[in-house]
Amino acid sequence: MPYGPHTAGDRERMLAALGIASVDDLFADIPEALRASHLDLPEPEPELELAARLQRLAGRNRTDLASFLGAGVYRHWTPAAVDQILLRGEWYTAYTPYQPEISQGTLQSIYEYESLIAELVDLDVVSASHYDGAAATAEAGLMTCRATRRSRVLVSKAVHPHYRATLAAYFGGGLELDDIPLVADGEAAGTTDLAALERLLAEDGRPVAGVIAGQPNFLGLLEPMEEIGRLAHAAGALFVSVIEPVSLAVLAPPGAYGADIAAGEGQPLGIAPQYGGPYLGLLASTDALVRQIPGRLVGMTTDVNGKRAFVMTLRAREQDIRRDKAASNICTNQALLALAASVYLATIGPHGLRDVAAQGAARAARLETALAAAGAPRIHPGPYLNEFAVRVPDARAVHRRLIEQGVLAGLALADVLPDEPSLADALLVCATEVTTDDDIALFASALSAEIAAPLSGASR
Amino acid sequence: MSVVGEKLQPTLFERSRPGRGEGKIPHPPKDALDRIPAAARRTTPAALPELNEPEVVRHYVNLSHLNYAIDTGFYPLGSCTMKFNPKLNEWAARLPGFANLHPLAPDEIAQGSLQLLWELEQALVEISGMRAVTLQPAAGAQGELCGILMIRAYHRSRDDTGRDEVLVPDSSHGTNPATASMAGFKTITIPSAADGGVDLEKFRAALGPRTAAVMITNPSTLGLFEKRIGELLDEVHAAGALAYMDGANLNAILGRFKPGEAGFDVMHFNVHKTFSTPHGGGGPGAGPVGVGERLLPFLPAPRVLPSDDGRFRLERLDERPTSIGRLRSFVGNTGVLVRAYAYIRAHGGTGLRQVSDDAVLAANYLKKRVGEAYDIPFDRPCKHEFVASASGIKHRTGVRTLDIAKRLIDHGYHPPTIYFPLTVDEGMLIEPTETESVETLDAFADALIAIAREAETDPDLVKSAPHTAPVGRLDEATAARQPNLRWRPMAGADMPCPD
Amino acid sequence: MVPTDLRYTKDHEWVRVKGKEATVGITEYAASQLGDIVFVELPDVGRSLAQFAAFGVVESVKAVSDLFAPVSGAVAAINDALAGSPESVNTDPYGAGWMVRLELGDPAEIDELLDATAYDALIAAG
Repeated sequence: MPYGPHTAGDRERMLAALGIASVDDLFADIPEALRASHLDLPEPEPELELAARLQRLAGRNRTDLASFLGAGVYRHWTPAAVDQILLRGEWYTAYTPYQPEISQGTLQSIYEYESLIAELVDLDVVSASHYDGAAATAEAGLMTCRATRRSRVLVSKAVHPHYRATLAAYFGGGLELDDIPLVADGEAAGTTDLAALERLLAEDGRPVAGVIAGQPNFLGLLEPMEEIGRLAHAAGALFVSVIEPVSLAVLAPPGAYGADIAAGEGQPLGIAPQYGGPYLGLLASTDALVRQIPGRLVGMTTDVNGKRAFVMTLRAREQDIRRDKAASNICTNQALLALAASVYLATIGPHGLRDVAAQGAARAARLETALAAAGAPRIHPGPYLNEFAVRVPDARAVHRRLIEQGVLAGLALADVLPDEPSLADALLVCATEVTTDDDIALFASALSAEIAAPLSGASR
Repeated sequence: MSVVGEKLQPTLFERSRPGRGEGKIPHPPKDALDRIPAAARRTTPAALPELNEPEVVRHYVNLSHLNYAIDTGFYPLGSCTMKFNPKLNEWAARLPGFANLHPLAPDEIAQGSLQLLWELEQALVEISGMRAVTLQPAAGAQGELCGILMIRAYHRSRDDTGRDEVLVPDSSHGTNPATASMAGFKTITIPSAADGGVDLEKFRAALGPRTAAVMITNPSTLGLFEKRIGELLDEVHAAGALAYMDGANLNAILGRFKPGEAGFDVMHFNVHKTFSTPHGGGGPGAGPVGVGERLLPFLPAPRVLPSDDGRFRLERLDERPTSIGRLRSFVGNTGVLVRAYAYIRAHGGTGLRQVSDDAVLAANYLKKRVGEAYDIPFDRPCKHEFVASASGIKHRTGVRTLDIAKRLIDHGYHPPTIYFPLTVDEGMLIEPTETESVETLDAFADALIAIAREAETDPDLVKSAPHTAPVGRLDEATAARQPNLRWRPMAGADMPCPD
Repeated sequence: MVPTDLRYTKDHEWVRVKGKEATVGITEYAASQLGDIVFVELPDVGRSLAQFAAFGVVESVKAVSDLFAPVSGAVAAINDALAGSPESVNTDPYGAGWMVRLELGDPAEIDELLDATAYDALIAAG
């Protein structure tokens, strides 16, 4: 057995101490009719062979393409120091810091993480992490219902479709979730329709607990967040902002425009894409909501000798104490990823983070120009930071063919938003500081050839 | 001599100096942000600390020294399964082919990950005796929510309304009732029998047309196998309800008991327990869920499916309308699941069964040793963990389990789980796992026995422990009454900064 | 011996009746079982409570407990000072640690409660 220390002699010694002949005696209380006999799994693989197998599997993924795919997960350069620190066993093989005296490393790093994110979002209370942006947004929605004692939440259709679907799953039991439509035409096309929001908030007998909108939104566009917040508060609802953390180096943070809660995905802060996770659910709130926020909280205090120290606090909110009255059932969180984000922020610094955001903006502008010249103009006229949608006829088929040309041309929006006819022929593309001019040139020329060629698939 | 390092550290913010820190990426053009409307721009910069790389590295290396970890010592935390985290798994997860793949990459360029996920599902199907598995949930608690939401969907699909109760034993993990509440159910708590197991008569009395589900941990949170599980499952199904198994204790029964074959309708796995993925200071984990025939249609979407040509694909949007939908973004915590896959492949079927054999043998051996000085409330063979009690010690000396736990730190060990489950007075839940040597087990037992003696001869020493950790017992009352959850320059000024 | 001028519930609340006013808190025994009190969640003034209905929550560092009204009545006042000094519940449970003041609904309900002797017997048996 690969990682077990017991020799036959060790096992005999333990059996002898227990006065039994075989370990089977210790399983005698499993009713005979319910006993399993063995596991029909492949033979154990020694490390040499298993490593080769894993390498073969990894080799069947293609990660060499010039990628313009964002849609909630973004490629950034992670400074080498981040992973070097994460590889230390004292960090990744430690448990939840329930014994604070021998967990000050983890506890202080969480306090620092809370403080770093608090600076970015400009809100005072930051949970020690949630699973991902989608679950954090769903929990934010539930928070608004608990805090206002109302049962209806409005979510903009421009919030990430996975987050909206997760909200729907979490809201299935007696709570209502309504969509806020988007503006169809004009300067504000693709952003949350404020007039429609106002109507939804005014519906008689259906008071709203919370309003959820993203900045930037899923289509990359900048939203009128202050206005949305004002409308929500006027109707007695709380305002939840779904954020992207790198953008907060240059965009107004939720605390500045009146959000009560911020939720979002921390993956861009030094966490690799990994085909789905583990990622980092960001969740923050004003001080007024501190007793409603789910997840662990770490605070500063002193020990019995007056030394400064850190400890998990406000524990009575959590499932092990509150049980069926807990705000959430969350136990295991994403602590190691919060550490990654902290090390990333500490290493890249405030100027570096601003540079990352600005580089993305600059390269996205060059991308926009190149794609427009190739025959794929932007669909929406409004301002964006580093992600936008372009019109491409037969987008899905073009996207597939571009892979053969070495380009991952963003996301065909029809795949995730099938109910939006205006986005049927659209690609959502983004650029970051790792997007090169060569990448852009390759994308533009391959796309130009696709758009020029007849759709009957003329051979090249 | 501290079991961990000793150098307390100032915070990043206290180390920060303006102008420190060097760029890791090229400077952008000066006009990069001109096209962003002023109304959307940040006006006050985020006050993140400015540090250079050497300082950052020293900060985090020194902080890491203050942590106890599996890689530093024995971690007998009952219910947590703190087994060794194999290093091959860290290497595997970091292979660029796995690490750099975007979750929305088209299926044709994700075949390696899709195949790995599918093979892992099949392995978990075999291990659990269930019909199918989803790898989507991000943690055990999210797996529980997934299971309970599927059960709700099942009853709704049969127009069986009025089932608004979930039954759990009083020894259950807190996530069970919290999950039931999140899904809109009322929790009915059933007291355990005197022998620590489920009280079948009390369960039978509580089962009825309002019962949606029963949530059982097996082996129980006391480390005891539920001998009457077959009868209980029959009763649950006879009442029209479904049975959920909390799989946190799977390390006890690999290859010995398959919940799906026994009659459970759904269960979750904790890969960060049974399958060795690292705890990371609190996470990440993953909570795959296995289902029987009844719940198959309701699995979250998208499922990983084999194509006809031997390849794999993700279910298309809306391909299976009966699904409960999704509980998170993208397909799952794939990076964690790569580690679980490698672990299962390394062990094979025979290895996994050996894991449980050794875990159970070690726990029973340690129980016998610890019983030399502590009460053992349930004196029958346990599975992978057992509960000991300091109730007698408390009555004789006033020393409590909390004090004994803190004194263990001075003896060089992380304490076991204390005061859980709630049903045992002054309880300690001890789980050695299969990756600890007999010498370690004996040394740990010796330390516990020595502390029991210290409680008699020098109780104040125990009550004021730990003495050798970087910090002593913490003022948790002030931390909760006046929470300081965010660094502010003023807040730090009146607390001594370590440097 | 607990204060003799008060009445008690099996859930360890006490009530002091003066005319139509009933002041409610938790006993020293309850507070010591919970440990250091860190937060008390109280109802809104004006709310109507039935006898033995849950009216709030008391939190310590490691535990949580519902609070049950010993008598029925409308909430006339709550102890705002507890927000800043929840520790009063530990240091002065029958005085500064009071929680709510009710306008007594039905005086006869007092007779159903335990007197000091009966409550002392309850916690001695406990």
